[in-house]
Amino acid sequence: MGLDAFGHDPFWLVIIKILAVFVFLIVSTILMIWFERRVVGRMQHRPGPNRYGPFGLLQSVADALKLALKEDIMPTLADKAVYFIAPIISIMCAFTAWAVIPFGPEVSIFGVRSPLQITDVPVAVLVVLACSGLGVYGIVLGGWASGSTYPLLGALRSAAQVISYEVALGLSIVAVFMLSGSMSTSEIVMSQGENPPIQLSLLGMELNFNVPGWYAILLLPSFIIFMISMVGETNRAPFDLPEAESELVGGFHTEYSSLKFAMFFLAEYINMFTVSAMCVTLFLGGWRAPWPISIWGEANTGWWPILWFLGKVWVFMFVFVWLRGTMPRLRYDQFMRLGWKVLIPLNLVWILVVAGVRVSTQQENGTTKTLVIGGVVLLAGAVILFYPRRKQYVEPATADLGLGGFPVPPLDLKVPPSPRTKKIEATREKASVGTDSKTDTTGEEG
Amino acid sequence: MTVTDVLVCALGAVSLGAALRVVTSKHLVRAGLWLVVALGSLAGVYLVLTAELLAWVQVLIYVGAVVVLMLFAVMLTRAPIGPSDDLDRAKVPGVLIGGGAGLGLAAVLVDAYRWREVGLSDVEPGDAGAMGREVFTSWVLPFELLSVLLLAALIGAIVVSRPDVGQRSR
Repeated sequence: MGLDAFGHDPFWLVIIKILAVFVFLIVSTILMIWFERRVVGRMQHRPGPNRYGPFGLLQSVADALKLALKEDIMPTLADKAVYFIAPIISIMCAFTAWAVIPFGPEVSIFGVRSPLQITDVPVAVLVVLACSGLGVYGIVLGGWASGSTYPLLGALRSAAQVISYEVALGLSIVAVFMLSGSMSTSEIVMSQGENPPIQLSLLGMELNFNVPGWYAILLLPSFIIFMISMVGETNRAPFDLPEAESELVGGFHTEYSSLKFAMFFLAEYINMFTVSAMCVTLFLGGWRAPWPISIWGEANTGWWPILWFLGKVWVFMFVFVWLRGTMPRLRYDQFMRLGWKVLIPLNLVWILVVAGVRVSTQQENGTTKTLVIGGVVLLAGAVILFYPRRKQYVEPATADLGLGGFPVPPLDLKVPPSPRTKKIEATREKASVGTDSKTDTTGEEG
Repeated sequence: MTVTDVLVCALGAVSLGAALRVVTSKHLVRAGLWLVVALGSLAGVYLVLTAELLAWVQVLIYVGAVVVLMLFAVMLTRAPIGPSDDLDRAKVPGVLIGGGAGLGLAAVLVDAYRWREVGLSDVEPGDAGAMGREVFTSWVLPFELLSVLLLAALIGAIVVSRPDVGQRSR
């Protein structure tokens, strides 16, 4: 099944597929909210929602109804048009990304052979990345248009965060592109189906072996970097700085209420599903059955693959909840340092290594060449790193009191009295003129 | 007139109109949003012309990163809601440079094609393979030059914004 399988669906089938994905996403989100609250509850030794429906399953439905019936507030200082459009941008981008996610192989739907995927394009992975890139606009504009400080701060953090982590995310996919030779999601899944033979000729010796098909094993560093940056990309704990409750009230959606808030909320959860589905597609064989099941010959045919796909996606959803239940939030500068100074350089080096190995397997006598060049590069790197006259970092003797260092208030900070209390005091003093003691009047107020 | 012609013309008109709004709008952030519309419809033009990779890279880089960074910079300094009166747009030089560059490029393109029709089926689709071959064979020198230029601009920006960098070494 290549790209030729797409684009031949009759009109009604396209509608059915889009509707199915839409309903799937809504239902998954509702389930996920319940799942998250129950599992986090379990991790914190409390029951979680368990009143409505069996195991509290209907809690999210009740919450959704309540949310829809709430008052829709438009802040006075808001930029009305942009405030209205922002949640729509967010949710549209979240849904659009699912157009290229493969759910399964070709099946027969009402007599028509068709792949279980809305569509596919030769650059499908870029489409998903572009959608998540455009989704930032919803957050940034929503925070800005609210005309309030906390949402604006949340929006700024979010913009910086998503852009930084998108670079790491995009770079970690490059290695997958190099191995699979394609950017289409369905072809990347297909290319993980076989165990590719590797031929290394090292100093005259011939090494032939088969490597596992899943890129998570073959490209483990890429997989780990993808997993870290996908949590950063979706603004989830421990990287949930744009909506850190303890710092920013609610982040970019502080001023939103009712259905507009629901749209942001839905978009956020769909984005979690999107990155999980992307991770499964790119690194874990997509809809292909995992090893013990794949022995069964029919595991990768018919409708079964949907089950494997959903199973893998929900493993990632559990990881999201797990992280939220166990990890403290990173400080902003630590978070940015991790993205720019650790993940991106590591990624670049890893891409270089993968490219080197690729070249060495394709060229004659390539392994020796690659080893020689790699050794020289490593040696040069080591010399630069351990050069004796390299300036060492000196720990400052006194603690940084805030200016130019970490964004913390200085230790000797004197909080100026709020202007409002001053005003009250002033009026009180005025009222006390003529009476014998001031303390009398101030005592009455308390 | 085929569907392709209509789409290209419509998207081009949207792009041009949005670009005009970028330089005439009194709202600072909205000007940035008009830039998004202009760049996005340009990506649409690429898509209609089967340059699929270019279209999505345009969305990814220009719409998804560059303009977001511009908005980020605007919001970091000040984020005015509503019209700003203190925009000092240089009108006459702007019109001269913008109009000159636009007319010049238009003249070059019109002269290159001279109303010659290129069928959509004769064109090699701009997928990743074709694009990569072109960039890394016949256009490799401009490509490398551009990356050096960007790197220089990056380092220059750091040096300009951090006056303490040069002083420490002295």
